[in-house]
Amino acid sequence: MFKTLRKQQHRAAAAAIFFIILFASSMAAAQGPALPDGLGEKKQQDQETGPALPSGIDSGGEKQESSGPGLPSGLGEDQGVPEPGDDDSLAGVREPMKWRMPKSVKGYAEIRGGMRIHDDPVHDDASLAEARLQLSWDKRIAEYLPRGRFKATGDLIFDATVSDHDDADIEEGTGLFDLREFSVSFTPLDFVDIRAGRQILTWGTGNLVFLNDMFPKDYQSFFLGRDLEYLKAPSDAIRASFYTDIVNLEIIYTPRFDSDRFVDGSRLSFYDPASQTMRGEDNPMDVRLPDDWFGDDEIAMRVYRNMEGYELAAYGYQGFWKSPAGSDSVTGERIFPELSVLGASIRGTLGEGIANAEFAWYDSRDDREGDDPFVENSQWRFLAGYEQELVTNFTMGVQYYVEYMIDHDAYKDNLPAGFPARDRARQWLTLDLTQTLMAQDQLVLSLFTFYSLDENDFYLRPGVDYEFTDEWKFRAGANIFTGNRTDFFGRFEESSNVYAAVRYSF
Amino acid sequence: MKRYLLRVGILASVLAFAFVFQPAALAQDGGEDIPSVEEIVERANRVAYYQGKDGRADVQMRIVDSQGRERSRRFTILRRDKAPPEQRAEEAGADRYTGDQKFYVYFKGPADVRNTVFMVWKHVDEDTDDDRWLYLPALDLVKRIAASDKRSSFVGSHFFYEDVSGRNPELDEHELADVTENYFILNNTPKKPGQVEFSRYRMWIHRDTYLPVQTEYYDDQGEAYRRYTVENVSRLQDYLTVMRSRMEDLRSGGHTIIEYSDVEYDVGIPEDIFTERYLRNPPMNYIE
Repeated sequence: MFKTLRKQQHRAAAAAIFFIILFASSMAAAQGPALPDGLGEKKQQDQETGPALPSGIDSGGEKQESSGPGLPSGLGEDQGVPEPGDDDSLAGVREPMKWRMPKSVKGYAEIRGGMRIHDDPVHDDASLAEARLQLSWDKRIAEYLPRGRFKATGDLIFDATVSDHDDADIEEGTGLFDLREFSVSFTPLDFVDIRAGRQILTWGTGNLVFLNDMFPKDYQSFFLGRDLEYLKAPSDAIRASFYTDIVNLEIIYTPRFDSDRFVDGSRLSFYDPASQTMRGEDNPMDVRLPDDWFGDDEIAMRVYRNMEGYELAAYGYQGFWKSPAGSDSVTGERIFPELSVLGASIRGTLGEGIANAEFAWYDSRDDREGDDPFVENSQWRFLAGYEQELVTNFTMGVQYYVEYMIDHDAYKDNLPAGFPARDRARQWLTLDLTQTLMAQDQLVLSLFTFYSLDENDFYLRPGVDYEFTDEWKFRAGANIFTGNRTDFFGRFEESSNVYAAVRYSF
Repeated sequence: MKRYLLRVGILASVLAFAFVFQPAALAQDGGEDIPSVEEIVERANRVAYYQGKDGRADVQMRIVDSQGRERSRRFTILRRDKAPPEQRAEEAGADRYTGDQKFYVYFKGPADVRNTVFMVWKHVDEDTDDDRWLYLPALDLVKRIAASDKRSSFVGSHFFYEDVSGRNPELDEHELADVTENYFILNNTPKKPGQVEFSRYRMWIHRDTYLPVQTEYYDDQGEAYRRYTVENVSRLQDYLTVMRSRMEDLRSGGHTIIEYSDVEYDVGIPEDIFTERYLRNPPMNYIE
């Protein structure tokens, strides 16, 4: 049926063409070569918008003039279709010959310096003066293990602000060498992935706020102004992931507790409300780490699934508070009491942005009743966040976070006289602003703000990133703490700093 | 003279039939059928973004700014059409799928973005934003990215996200502006002008193959400010494949050249490659 209709249309078209051509040529004969208005305009527009032939491109036909671009090579009617290999134009793209590291070794060299902006009674003005060389080796070992991959990443660090370089500890990452990754991953069964060894682990939905992510953080590096990647400290663990059509399961076993690299005073000073003193280089916190192999172990689990773009997850953890969360009432040492965590999260598109919500129940197992003033109370934690690109290249993210003490009354009743009581809730707002500038996104301005609703103290992280080339990058930034010395962020006020870094990647 | 008359004939008949007929079959050109605008748009979309059920390619980007300074990006891109089997090949051999797709982009260079993975679930439905993820290996972080502005730079190049994954034809009105020896020339105007930076764009679509060979974007003053050009194509596994293309910023003079190599179609990439599992453990058998 459509065919007949089309035929009719064709016939009609032919008739119309004939008629109009007749009409046009009689007009032309009568009035000279001027074109009818509409057609003339059309032609002129064509000439204006018709692109010039790009140089070096064969045109497919000769009669193209203003009618469009030349055909790209490979589309010309008269030429054979070229094989991908014999395209000589690729030659121009080949990088110039130069000395290179072995292909599987990559990394960067960096110098980074930082200054305190307040007079710190405990530390020098220089907060950071380090030269760092990161080397990373990534090797497929599929011939030995199914889908096998070996990864090693290590940092050589020379830090001029540290007087004693002999104090090397591979576990804590102090000293001349910080081993970031040393792991083997493979797929023993189609639906199972294993990764064993030293590795960086992250999950959860928060932006610089962690609820169910119980893997070690390096807050010292974070506050000092090292690259963001150093916020995550490595774990020595085995990770087993199981994938099914319904849910995925991940189990991470850490045979010996890996604590946070928390601020203890050795690099950054702070007011310690527990001892009511300034902590600094000369009197860092005394800690007692749970460190029995297989006795002081940690297990973390996640069950998750992606439902049409909405990521749902449930989490469980059994181990210890990752930073000191109590003290030994006899020795005064800071301790890491036992902790279990249960939680859940969701993340997905909402409106034109990304929304996330996460909660966690922190079960402080050494203080179930909440009446031990020397051990952290059990808590509810909740996070809600939203991020959107408000205008092109300008993104804003906001988060609300609350930590709620479950047995606050018991805590208050048992607090020794003279100790200031904490509020039941600790609430933060965070605001993350990122502006990308310049034609090729070379310049990025960012500001991350933590604001405590209850204590009115701030933590500001402004930053400027600039890419000179693919290899050379510059970053400057600051960590600014303001507030009362007893406040969560305010106690770091003396450690406020500015820093700058230049990095060469290879 | 013959060509001139032919042209007059075509244009006149276009004018005449615009009033009389639906633009299903526009006109005759030397006895050949000229397909409808819808068909040209659909076939061009398919040639540009939907060849084969899936595909993989190594991509080298050269980004050159107005002062001639050069940057590069190297990545492998995996693509899989999310096509229910019944939508595939309704007619024998005629694959008409232009629906949702998934993309997996694994960065190999420059050094500071090496091993980073960018994943997109592209949704053709206008009211559903694409889902986008970024995996940062140094932090083992799976980050979700807001997808609101598809017309911003893709990895710092002159290409936009939308140029890489394809602009939904439903977002524009299309008009066949001209037919030349080699090309169908389409004029495209956005249905929602407030959401895009162009006032219209013009596409030169190769008549024999439906490959969009050139696209020019115009601002409110009618000035062309951005131009996409295909510079080299090959036929691989019977699919016409762009091997080199260029995006120029006509205002600043900068441009980006994309070169494709090791292009393969119908590789059999499983759907679960486009999940968190493979963000964290890249499927090197498809990447290297």
